[in-house]
Amino acid sequence: MATTAPALRPVPQVIAHEVAARPRRTRWTEWIATTDHKRIGILYMVTTFAFFLIGGVEALLIRLQLGEPNNNFLTPEHYNELFTLHGTTMIFLFVVPMMAGLANYFVPLMIGARDMAFPRLNAMSYWLLLFGGLVFYSSVFWQPPEAGWFSYTPLSSILYSPSGGQDAWIYLVHLTGISSLLGAINFYATIVNMRAPGMSWGRLPLFVWAILIYALLLILALPVIAAAVTMLLTDRHFGTHFFDPTQGGSPLLWQHLFWFFGHPEVYIMILPGFGIISEILPVFARKPIFGYKAIAASTVVIAFLAALVWAHHMFTTPVPTVVLGFFMLSSFLIAVPTGVKIFNWIATLWRGSLVMATPLYFAVGFISVFVVGGITGIFLAVFPVDWQLNDTYFVVAHFHYVLMGGAVFTIFAGLYYWFPKITGRMLSEPLGKASFWFMFVGFNVTFLVQHAAGLSGMPRRVYQYPAHAGLTVYNQISTVGAFILGIGILLSVVNFARSVKRGALAGPDPWKANTLEWFTTSPPPVNNFDVVPRVRSVEPMKDIRRQVERQSGIEHDAPAPRPTVNA
Amino acid sequence: MLALATALSLVLASSAFAGFITPESGGSPNADQISSLYKIILYIAIVVFVVVEGALLYSVFRFRARKGRVAAQIHGNTRLEVAWTVAAALILVVLATITFVKLGPIKNPPNSDANGLTADDGVLTASASLPTPPNGRKLTICVTGRQYIWRYTYGSTCQGNAFGVPYSYQEMVVPANTTVVLDVEATDVIHSWWIPPLGGKVQAIPGYKNYTWFKAPTPGKLYKGQCAELCGRNHADMTAQVRVVTPDQYTAWLAAQKRRIAAANAQALALKKQLTQFGDL
Repeated sequence: MATTAPALRPVPQVIAHEVAARPRRTRWTEWIATTDHKRIGILYMVTTFAFFLIGGVEALLIRLQLGEPNNNFLTPEHYNELFTLHGTTMIFLFVVPMMAGLANYFVPLMIGARDMAFPRLNAMSYWLLLFGGLVFYSSVFWQPPEAGWFSYTPLSSILYSPSGGQDAWIYLVHLTGISSLLGAINFYATIVNMRAPGMSWGRLPLFVWAILIYALLLILALPVIAAAVTMLLTDRHFGTHFFDPTQGGSPLLWQHLFWFFGHPEVYIMILPGFGIISEILPVFARKPIFGYKAIAASTVVIAFLAALVWAHHMFTTPVPTVVLGFFMLSSFLIAVPTGVKIFNWIATLWRGSLVMATPLYFAVGFISVFVVGGITGIFLAVFPVDWQLNDTYFVVAHFHYVLMGGAVFTIFAGLYYWFPKITGRMLSEPLGKASFWFMFVGFNVTFLVQHAAGLSGMPRRVYQYPAHAGLTVYNQISTVGAFILGIGILLSVVNFARSVKRGALAGPDPWKANTLEWFTTSPPPVNNFDVVPRVRSVEPMKDIRRQVERQSGIEHDAPAPRPTVNA
Repeated sequence: MLALATALSLVLASSAFAGFITPESGGSPNADQISSLYKIILYIAIVVFVVVEGALLYSVFRFRARKGRVAAQIHGNTRLEVAWTVAAALILVVLATITFVKLGPIKNPPNSDANGLTADDGVLTASASLPTPPNGRKLTICVTGRQYIWRYTYGSTCQGNAFGVPYSYQEMVVPANTTVVLDVEATDVIHSWWIPPLGGKVQAIPGYKNYTWFKAPTPGKLYKGQCAELCGRNHADMTAQVRVVTPDQYTAWLAAQKRRIAAANAQALALKKQLTQFGDL
């Protein structure tokens, strides 16, 4: 192969820089001092995955406590600490920064850039995240927070939560918030300024579209929560009374500020996942994405509406009916662009030629459970019905369908899809599929019955439930499911750990994919690309493969009936 | 598929599934209305679920890669895309319309029945800030949440501290067939009032008033619920129950409760006097 003329070699090899042999072991100082977006991306992914496993262990402890009625495995104090740690970890230390990690690694590669726009700022984002997590978790050596991940005042005030754990929570929100904000500015600047020649907005990969909108939402939402937790901090320690009803403050103000951040946060967590799915489906269906423009536009519309639905978390607070009606309708509206995405994804699979690899399993698994989460979201948006469902296990089930079934499944789809690019090694397919099935079955066993538990009257965040209230069986099923889910995640961890060193060599483009990250070696060299090709469609790699086939006469892929180069 | 939906709806219509796939109901008209609104959404949801998951499963099984299969290189279909966007929007317009039609009987309390509590003891009050039945006659009970117990004050206007009126903790006693309006507040942290068969929940927020109502038809019933907003370590133990009695029993209970409170107060006063006398207090 080395002797063939450049034009006849498999494409990515032509373009990728021949890297001088890397030292077999990189020194740890290189990781600490790095400003390379790929290394920072790996740091992000490894760190956040570690937090994911910690959060998962917390979830299993919660499920063990609820495994039987009137259980005394955990004290109420520890139970409250565990669900506070679990929720905070999964949101602030796993899903949001994991998306930042994937975006860090792949946005510059997908748009053909050398690095992020501000590499040192990028490093700072990561270190702020790590320190935010460490500050937060150091509270377990003293007294962790126990007011829940949304820390409603007055419960989170100094009077009712005197421990420093609540302050650790505030610092976590601040540090990870600044981290995300800097990251968002960096993504925005990178995507707007550093795209490959010819990559107009209509040819931007859908994952990059999602990250662009993710960045905008972060910039919109984070200052609000930063202000809110600062007010909470001054209320706790410096004598202000923003949220203190005995001094004319308002506990309801906290709810508004928190959810004005909290609901866009939901879309901050799920939009990048939508982007990952929009990348994976066309590759494994061997077919262009159906309705590129509609998917990109729906991302923008979802982000716009995401800022207008926050009070649907507050349907049981004293608010006028007209406000309830407004937030019901705005929440309904957001179902339309979300539905459009789901229809487009299914249409992408339709009449394709599906390569049943693990990333596609996770992608299809995601769609099937996300539909359930979307539908239960409609129940909750109807405010009279929400009066019954609010703050029950129905809500717990709903948001786990959206965030566990949604964000986590898309993250796993993305990890399985991009692992060969990051490490240069393939993951084990049998192990990956086994992991998927354990996760998929375990997930549904855990969370489907929680709808019933909520409808039977089980509120959230109770450390015990009585024996003869009809809740025992639901909770036992749920606990068993949680462990099946845990086994599934463990299988993936084993898969990642084994394949880093021992997986089959991936080569530059193992999936015959569509976007530019596959146009370089796996793993990519420090400079990413020696030559950046001119982008002529939303699927530049497909164009390049076709061009090489024409020039070399060697077919790498089944010929398409009608070549559509300029999509 | 239509047959499936019909079969499912027949199954769901039976009340045996209340609490399994439908919310609890049966204790009050608003809970029943919420439950029936929920069922309408559920039927539509089942159809949407079956169509979408069906299309997904069909594509995954039907279009797997095999020898000779070539993926259709389709980039989109504007007509189809507009059609499903409009279809999704239409479903939501229907849902919104149904919700607003159903909202009246959920939000607005009806009159008490003829066999309900009639005006006596001055407990039937009228006030502009509370939800009020058309004839303005209702029984108002003030509900106060605090860590970790619910307190009920009977026959007060709920405007500040009420002295000399009966109250109870944890168990609320109400007359059947009478429109009971709850004036809900909290004194420390946020709580949430919820007795599932008696309707939806309302948050009890310190510094705010929140209202709900119910009208229980059957004397002798006992409805259980608990605080539904995290309020601290013993949140799970902050239970509540509502005992429905006949109007006569209610009046008798109220008088007895008044006596019990007076006796307990007298006892406490006597104890205080004694302790003060011996210099222990």
